Amino acid sequence: MSATGFLSQLLQLAIALLLAPVLVGWVNQCRAWLSNRSAPPLLQPYRTIRKLFTKDAVVAENASWLFRMTPYIVFAAMALAAAIVPSLATDLPFARAADAIALVGLFALARVFAALAAMDIGTAFGSMGARREMFVGFLAEPALLMVLFTASLISGSTSLPTIVDTLAHREFAIYPSLAFAGVAFTMVSLAENARIPIDNPATHLELTMIHEAMLLEYSARHLALLEWASALKLFNYSCIGLALFLPFGIAEGSADWLAILGATPVLIVKLAVGGFALAMIETLSAKLRIFRAPEFLGTAFLLAVLAMLVNLMLGS
Amino acid sequence: MTSALPLIVDAIVAWLAIGLLALVPIGSGFAGRSLFVAGALVGLAISVIALSGIGGVAQTMVLPLGLPDLPFHLRLDALSAFFLVLLGGAAAGISVFSAGYFHASRNASPRLLCLQYHVFLAAMALVLVADDAYVFMVAWETMAMASFFLVTTDHVVPEIRRAGFLYLLIAHIGAVAILLCFGVLQGGSGDYTFGSMRSLVLTGAWPSIAFLLALAGFGAKAGLLPLHVWLPEAHPAAPSPVSALLSAVMLKTAIYGLLRVTFDLLNAQLWWWGVAALVLGLLTALFGVIYATVQVDMKRLLAYSSIENIGIIVAGIGLTILFKANGKTLLSSIALAATLYHALNHAFFKSLLFLATGSVLHATHERSLGKLGGLIHRMPWVAWSALIGALAIAGLPPLNGFVSEWLLLQAFLFTPTLPQSFINMLVPLAAAALVLVAALGAYVMVKFYGVVFLGRPRESHLAYARDAGHFERVALAWFAIGCVALGLFPGTVIGLLDNVNMTLIGATVGQAGDRWWLLAPISPDRSSYSPLIVLLVIAAVVALTMQVVHRWYHGRVRTGPAWDCGFPMQTPRMQDTAEGFGQPIRQVFEAFFRIERVLPSPFDAAPKYRVTVGDHLWQWLYLPVMRAVELMARFAGTIQQGRISVYLVYSFVTLLALLMFVR
Repeated sequence: MSATGFLSQLLQLAIALLLAPVLVGWVNQCRAWLSNRSAPPLLQPYRTIRKLFTKDAVVAENASWLFRMTPYIVFAAMALAAAIVPSLATDLPFARAADAIALVGLFALARVFAALAAMDIGTAFGSMGARREMFVGFLAEPALLMVLFTASLISGSTSLPTIVDTLAHREFAIYPSLAFAGVAFTMVSLAENARIPIDNPATHLELTMIHEAMLLEYSARHLALLEWASALKLFNYSCIGLALFLPFGIAEGSADWLAILGATPVLIVKLAVGGFALAMIETLSAKLRIFRAPEFLGTAFLLAVLAMLVNLMLGS
Repeated sequence: MTSALPLIVDAIVAWLAIGLLALVPIGSGFAGRSLFVAGALVGLAISVIALSGIGGVAQTMVLPLGLPDLPFHLRLDALSAFFLVLLGGAAAGISVFSAGYFHASRNASPRLLCLQYHVFLAAMALVLVADDAYVFMVAWETMAMASFFLVTTDHVVPEIRRAGFLYLLIAHIGAVAILLCFGVLQGGSGDYTFGSMRSLVLTGAWPSIAFLLALAGFGAKAGLLPLHVWLPEAHPAAPSPVSALLSAVMLKTAIYGLLRVTFDLLNAQLWWWGVAALVLGLLTALFGVIYATVQVDMKRLLAYSSIENIGIIVAGIGLTILFKANGKTLLSSIALAATLYHALNHAFFKSLLFLATGSVLHATHERSLGKLGGLIHRMPWVAWSALIGALAIAGLPPLNGFVSEWLLLQAFLFTPTLPQSFINMLVPLAAAALVLVAALGAYVMVKFYGVVFLGRPRESHLAYARDAGHFERVALAWFAIGCVALGLFPGTVIGLLDNVNMTLIGATVGQAGDRWWLLAPISPDRSSYSPLIVLLVIAAVVALTMQVVHRWYHGRVRTGPAWDCGFPMQTPRMQDTAEGFGQPIRQVFEAFFRIERVLPSPFDAAPKYRVTVGDHLWQWLYLPVMRAVELMARFAGTIQQGRISVYLVYSFVTLLALLMFVR
């Protein structure tokens, strides 16, 4: 573990924490433009978070310590995930601590805590949200892992920096296994980030909520942390996608902080394009009924398994 | 240490002595508390002795017991030592819990219970050190009988008697298969010591027959499909510490037996055995976890979860065989390490959860998930430890369940090209199935924990629930600390497991470098995981965020009624019940279940909705067999006339036939 590595690690984490709300703001802006509405400012998520931090937290009477701890744990899990996903550099000391499988484990940890906290108050919507979130998760998580497995079969490693290094140095071509994996990954990301075919981040219609139903009882700083955590989750998924399918422009090897600053604009451009694509998908598709979700995610799972088999059969 | 085996024998004798002491009427009261604590100390001692002996060479011993010319052969090698560590560690905690739990037993005599309990423990330990088929079977059957009596502790309840009978039946189907397996293994030499079986090389189809018999026999004890039906009946029937012992340790003795026969007594393994075990294990795991999601009884839910975990363990054994048969010893040792690690983990978190249900049962007298809820406020100690157990079993970092799943996935993922090309396709599919099982496992645990401990109490009497007593707390803490420690220090545990790997596979996982905090089976560039750093970073971020938020803004908190989208008149009955929480899974996997629905008509004055979820295998396998047996019994019944003259004719005819044909 080198000093520069540690520095680049902290720098990447700081940039991830700062950029994540902006990404959400950008996606909201694009969505508004595409549906002919006037757009909220780019930094609106920051204002919301700051507003929430200044308010008094209102906690339901029968909330337990689990309810109050969960926002911090979810936020910490997402921050750790942001530290190990190679978004700017591949020389990440923390990446040793958790590889691709552990990354999926971290997402699961956050999901389980959020679901438990939603059940803690004992309201109808809370437990409904928890049930649906776990329901979406049990299909999305294996699909995500299969996508990562495909990438690690190509690179012979489950360590994310090694995967990115390998993928970035291949001849530029369309690989069939990665194409399947890419489609599967997009579908999983939509589901995991509570995006439109599965869930709608803008909804407060009671019967269609999944993610929002879990956060219903939270307010003030707890809600701010959870919002920030879900922004980080979107950021992390975007960076995983970019690292697997467009691994160019990431500072490699033992990069110094200058290289990281050089990699930042590239990341921002890639994220902007990705965010626009996400807004496009959301605008063009309609929300699925909850029991159509297994079909959607089952397709993603099968595509991911197919990607793995294609990789084994064709070797590409 | 050279004298580990005699010490283990002493400990087994000590357990038997404790059991017998329970029968001695000392004064008027029951001395069970101190006896159970003494039993726990013996368990701890076994654990420590076995741990110190795990790295040594195999020790043997011959005890002049039993029939003339059939002395007891005992042997302690790394495999036995590992399972003794597991047995001792789990028994220590469960015995302490029992000290607090059994003092007010209703239907059974506590003295008898104490005897059966310690005989059960001693028999399991004897199974693990047996070195001939004779001792093994004696110990195996003692274990089965003792556990049968423990399961039927509340024998006044007819369902419990029925569950016990089912358990006994399947235990004996299994025992017959094991006996036949040993019959094949001795290969006509007539020598039933394991030593002679080891040196004997079976030819032709015999090794495969022996393996399949072992898979069937030990599978019946472990709860593999399709002989799993006793498990969800017997576990809820037994008192909670006994359920914990059954699930945590007794199922593992079956795993031990399977490993012993496959890797030690048989000289070579065939690759298709591995495929058979892998497929059977994964089917069992999927079956177990899908059924666990729809259970409404908390102990039945845990029993199905045990089936799931045994499935994962057997799948790991299958993978080990597959790699070893193809000469990939390094991968084989990773798969075996994952298997053993998961067995150890399962012993800890499943004991923890079963004991937690025991405490809940103690406090509320309620086993149905639909009548619990909100216990985190009334029983914080139990809730804390159960949370650790639930997170561990859900396979979340940084706890122990994740480590074994991680290792197993690594073994799957680094499948090099095996010579059997269709296996190359099968292994990724198996990995996908395993991941699905793990994700559903998390669903089950959110359901279990959320419904029992979180939310609002669904019944008014839950408000008077009291937290666990001192003995129960100590036991729960023991297992919770075990789960955390096994999760945080995987390098140390793998170091111990490498002794077993060396004995069975002849290769070790081998840590890259000697960094104890990092788990990196092949090289850190290939894969690495450090639970300690994960925990430290998460804790640091939590602490830092709290500090920053409270310092820069404020930490004010107001309490108020729940918001819930402004809906008034919220009652606790509007929370998800266990049925409700499992409903999506039931709908997705509808074909897996045998669902009977009773739907109300629109004109019912008192509408009732009832849905029961059953097991197809009863209908497809057990009932046909039962009918066939009944038919044969009826046929045999016609021969039985009940008149002595008819029986004399039978004897006479038999005698004539024998005289004619046998000279």
